[in-house]
Amino acid sequence: METVNLTIDKKQLVVNKGITILEAAKGMGVQIPTLCHMKLDDLNIENRPGGCRVCVVEVEGRKNLAPACCTEVQDGMVINTHNMRVINARRTVVELILSDHPFDCLVCAKSGNCELQDMAHNLGIREIHYQGEQSTYREDTSPAIIRDVDKCIMCRRCEMMCNEVQTVGVLSAINRGFNSVVAPAFEMNLDHSVCTYCGQCVAVCPTGALTEVDETAKVIRALSDPEKTVIVQTAPAVRAALGEEFGMEPGTLVTGKLVSSLKRLGFDHVFDTDFAADLTIMEEGTELLGRLNKFLGGDKSVKLPILTSCCPAWVKFFEHQFSSLKDIPSTARSPQQMFGSIAKTYFADKLGIKRENLVVVSIMPCVAKKYERGRDEFKVNGNPDVDHVLTTRELAALIKLSNIDFNSLPNDDFDQPLGESTGAAVIFGTTGGVIEAAIRTAYEIQTGKELPRLDFEELRGMEGIRKATIDFNGLPVNIGIAHGLGNARKLLEDIQSGKSEFHAIEIMSCPGGCIGGGGQPYHHGNAEILKKRQKAIYLEDKNKTLRKSHENPYIKKLYEEFLGNPMSEKAHHLLHTEYFDRTK
Amino acid sequence: MSNYKMNVLICGGTGCKAAESANIQARFKNILEEKSLEDEVQVIMTGCFGFCEQGPIVKILPDNTFYVRVTPSDIEEIVMEHFIKGRPVERLLYKDPKTKESVPATKGMDFYKKQLRIALRNCGFINPERIEEYIARDGYLALATCLTEKTPAEVIGEIKESGLRGRGGGGFPTGLKWELTAKSVSDKKYVVCNADEGDPGAFMDRSILEGDPHSVIEAMAICGYCIGADEGVVYIRAEYPLAIERLKIAIKQARESGLLGKNIFGTEFNFDIELRYGAGAFVCGEETALIHSMEGLRGEPTFKPPFPSQEGYMKKPTNVNNVETFANVPVIINKGASWFNKIGTEKSKGTKVFALAGKINNVGLIEVPMGTTLREVIYEIGGGIKDGKEFKSVQTGGPSGGCLTKKFLDTPIDYDNLIAAGSMMGSGGMIVMDEDDCMVSIAKFYLEFTLEESCGKCSPCRIGNKRLHEILDKITQGKGKEEDIERLQELSHVIKDTSLCGLGQSSPNPVLSTILNFRDEYLAHVKDGKCPAGQCKAMLKYTINEENCTGCTLCFRNCPVGAITGERRAPHFIDQALCIKCGVCYEKCKFDAVKLA
Repeated sequence: METVNLTIDKKQLVVNKGITILEAAKGMGVQIPTLCHMKLDDLNIENRPGGCRVCVVEVEGRKNLAPACCTEVQDGMVINTHNMRVINARRTVVELILSDHPFDCLVCAKSGNCELQDMAHNLGIREIHYQGEQSTYREDTSPAIIRDVDKCIMCRRCEMMCNEVQTVGVLSAINRGFNSVVAPAFEMNLDHSVCTYCGQCVAVCPTGALTEVDETAKVIRALSDPEKTVIVQTAPAVRAALGEEFGMEPGTLVTGKLVSSLKRLGFDHVFDTDFAADLTIMEEGTELLGRLNKFLGGDKSVKLPILTSCCPAWVKFFEHQFSSLKDIPSTARSPQQMFGSIAKTYFADKLGIKRENLVVVSIMPCVAKKYERGRDEFKVNGNPDVDHVLTTRELAALIKLSNIDFNSLPNDDFDQPLGESTGAAVIFGTTGGVIEAAIRTAYEIQTGKELPRLDFEELRGMEGIRKATIDFNGLPVNIGIAHGLGNARKLLEDIQSGKSEFHAIEIMSCPGGCIGGGGQPYHHGNAEILKKRQKAIYLEDKNKTLRKSHENPYIKKLYEEFLGNPMSEKAHHLLHTEYFDRTK
Repeated sequence: MSNYKMNVLICGGTGCKAAESANIQARFKNILEEKSLEDEVQVIMTGCFGFCEQGPIVKILPDNTFYVRVTPSDIEEIVMEHFIKGRPVERLLYKDPKTKESVPATKGMDFYKKQLRIALRNCGFINPERIEEYIARDGYLALATCLTEKTPAEVIGEIKESGLRGRGGGGFPTGLKWELTAKSVSDKKYVVCNADEGDPGAFMDRSILEGDPHSVIEAMAICGYCIGADEGVVYIRAEYPLAIERLKIAIKQARESGLLGKNIFGTEFNFDIELRYGAGAFVCGEETALIHSMEGLRGEPTFKPPFPSQEGYMKKPTNVNNVETFANVPVIINKGASWFNKIGTEKSKGTKVFALAGKINNVGLIEVPMGTTLREVIYEIGGGIKDGKEFKSVQTGGPSGGCLTKKFLDTPIDYDNLIAAGSMMGSGGMIVMDEDDCMVSIAKFYLEFTLEESCGKCSPCRIGNKRLHEILDKITQGKGKEEDIERLQELSHVIKDTSLCGLGQSSPNPVLSTILNFRDEYLAHVKDGKCPAGQCKAMLKYTINEENCTGCTLCFRNCPVGAITGERRAPHFIDQALCIKCGVCYEKCKFDAVKLA
């Protein structure tokens, strides 16, 4: 590797050629502040527009200050990262940004988590010398995401996620100068656009410009309504991240405390979406085998690969952009919706109450789930199967609001019958998990033999697209995995052009899968956090006594008592769905 | 042209066309047919003559008679008197403002005397819609020479030796740019012509494209040969319909003549050109923004490096040059680098085209050798300040340039001198201001422009310019404080120091240069509450002197807002709360009773 010699803040150093001043400085313990820049190592995600100009440094011999995030090191460079000229410029730039930012920090959804707030604090800004008009733009509320563009600082992270990572192409900068905003084309509102509500824009927004629709108040109201029985389900990825909101190390599993806190909050029954994930595997796995066997039997009408359908943003993505493929994904509803459907039929019957008096709340790592729960096909006579969705972050806020000291809570167990789950369900929370869970069950059903191993390392990891061939006792099954919709697009284009060799593909919209969901605690560009959450998920799986969905005793019972068999007519009615052509 | 006894050249530039030059052409044709002279006299629509102040212009060859401010109703007289009787129409000739005498030909006019037209060599001389006329003026000879006699390296060497620098504003050595792009290794490269002329009042590039489109096409092909590109793109503002039309015609003719396309001049060199239209964003003149716009992305700059010469259009090495830069290239090849580099100053060779505008007598398009002084341009070519007023300042370099004062009038114009004086060459806008111009308002005007045209990508330019404008506005409203001047300077320096592209790095220049050169005027605004030029309305106060007022009621009757009260034959009063400072009372009063403070 070629190296260059340079001087940063009077210290000489030798660094690899091709890196930026920012990286070189970081390597020697100099933390140049950044605002628009964001890099998720190993995920191949970087936002580097060089727009905020907060990271400017002095490169001796150059007329103007240089942005450290996009200036490559050169041999002999002499760099000052914090002399008077630099500090003055940096502070002035931040003051300018603040001068065009609402001063409602105290009541902002992002307060305490805002990178602009931190920047102002770290630079010791106590006065804004340049006051003036603030740019204003109408607020845009969609079923899942709120855009409060007045708080936008034009870092363009959301745009990068939406266009480059997700290839959804909704957000881009429009208008000019002081009136520039990031918005959908023709200044449409999000709900008129092809937005998938994946929430990755929300996940990376440094300020309160993009946030999830807050349903906390609705949940509190339901909890205090004596007429209602309020039950809650928690998605697998939540337990691997919620602790971060209470100062715990990323990757700390807080399943027991999570259950405890939900009981303290007053939920009548605390259940697990993992139960529904096991149910999903029963349905989706059966569907996969059905299609695979017909295909292998020479039935030309059967289409392969089968695609997973747990991720609502992914569903909306293909409905908009690949509607010609809408008969390929599994018809199985997502675990959230399977849970809601079973809760408002099977469980409501058990309790002997009307579905209208049963309120189902979901705790999700996701903002698209807020949209999914509102889809018409998931309602019965206008009553939704899932009533409210809280993100991991909203739950944390609710716990804090309710005077619960999360860290000192005892561990508690989920209630039954909808709280039992296997390790296969837990790994739904990470990229690769759904397909691994499906294989654990499908293999045993298909071959009638016990799996020789449970851990499929070849399906795990953070690579954007992964491929593996799993030996089903002599039958090679080709598996594809994509996380991030841009990666999904590549696999879909292969399917469209007839080049795909896969029998089954798992797709998750968010980088990392649900652990990196738009509703999770903010990672602030630190990819290590995602990796630690992923590790925690696999640890939880390993610690489970039961690790195959079809071994879940309550699932067996559910089929015996209520559904009959997987893919039965009742199952089809309650657990499957259809997709729509949303091409405009 | 040889079969005709006479040629009528009518200016077909946008300005003269707007002033009915197309009707003039039609009228000529009608009358010539009527008099059966259509085979004797040829009527040609040419490009811009440059003397826009005097347009529409009609030039008669071979005697070089230069008619100004011609209207369709004058044509019959020109035909009858000049063509048939051989007597030029005296009343349509240009009158020298000093001697008041008629000047029949351009060589006798101060406006043209000091000009040297290289880039504009064919403008106003040929019919831009006929490739034959361009070829007759050595057109495509340079391309032929390059393709058949020179290696790309030799051509680049010639351009480097000529000392030609980018005419779009940056002043980067053209030969070096070509060399850098030539050295980039790639399977595909592009030549891009930047015709996104955006400075207010500037129309250098438009005039070249309207008057001599082939010169740009030829130069682009030469550049393509040098750097190894087979595709050229002209990025042109959609607001230039005439230039677009003429370029389209020229490209079509060049293709039909085998001068664009495959195996040009029987060599292995292939080259073709397409057009791409800009929506008129000023920032798209910046080359990375231009390239993004061409790619269908938002027109906003990105950090350099990578430079377009390494990674440009479609991520391929791209050479971007301005229209005027290209227009110089064929001449350099034909006449040699050593001819070209004798013109101009040590570090700025050749000529520069300027769009003269503002409070100057001869508004128009001029081309002068580098090293000509501002005084020569303003007083000799430009004919001095309008209405005999006092010169105050000249703004060069477009909205990001600076305002220069009297003390710089004898500065020879070149890239480096203008920068040293606190301004810049820019693309060639030159706006002259007189004693009636308020320099704070001028700075505000330019800021308004950059504020609108900032792409909004980087914070200092997006928000900083807004704040500068707000402070300037406050000062012109009479609400400024002395510390606002320091604040303007401090903020300006940070904006220049931290902005992403040339727009933000130079947008505070009008503020800094006006503070530097006209600090007293700023102080008058903030300390004394006065606008010395009387332009800042908010600071004006109209009062009525009771002694002079006769109570004639004229002011009362003309005041549009009813701010004036008073009885007939008694002194009147102005209610300051209602007065909108329109000045009607001041103009109407016959007794000098209305006073302006």
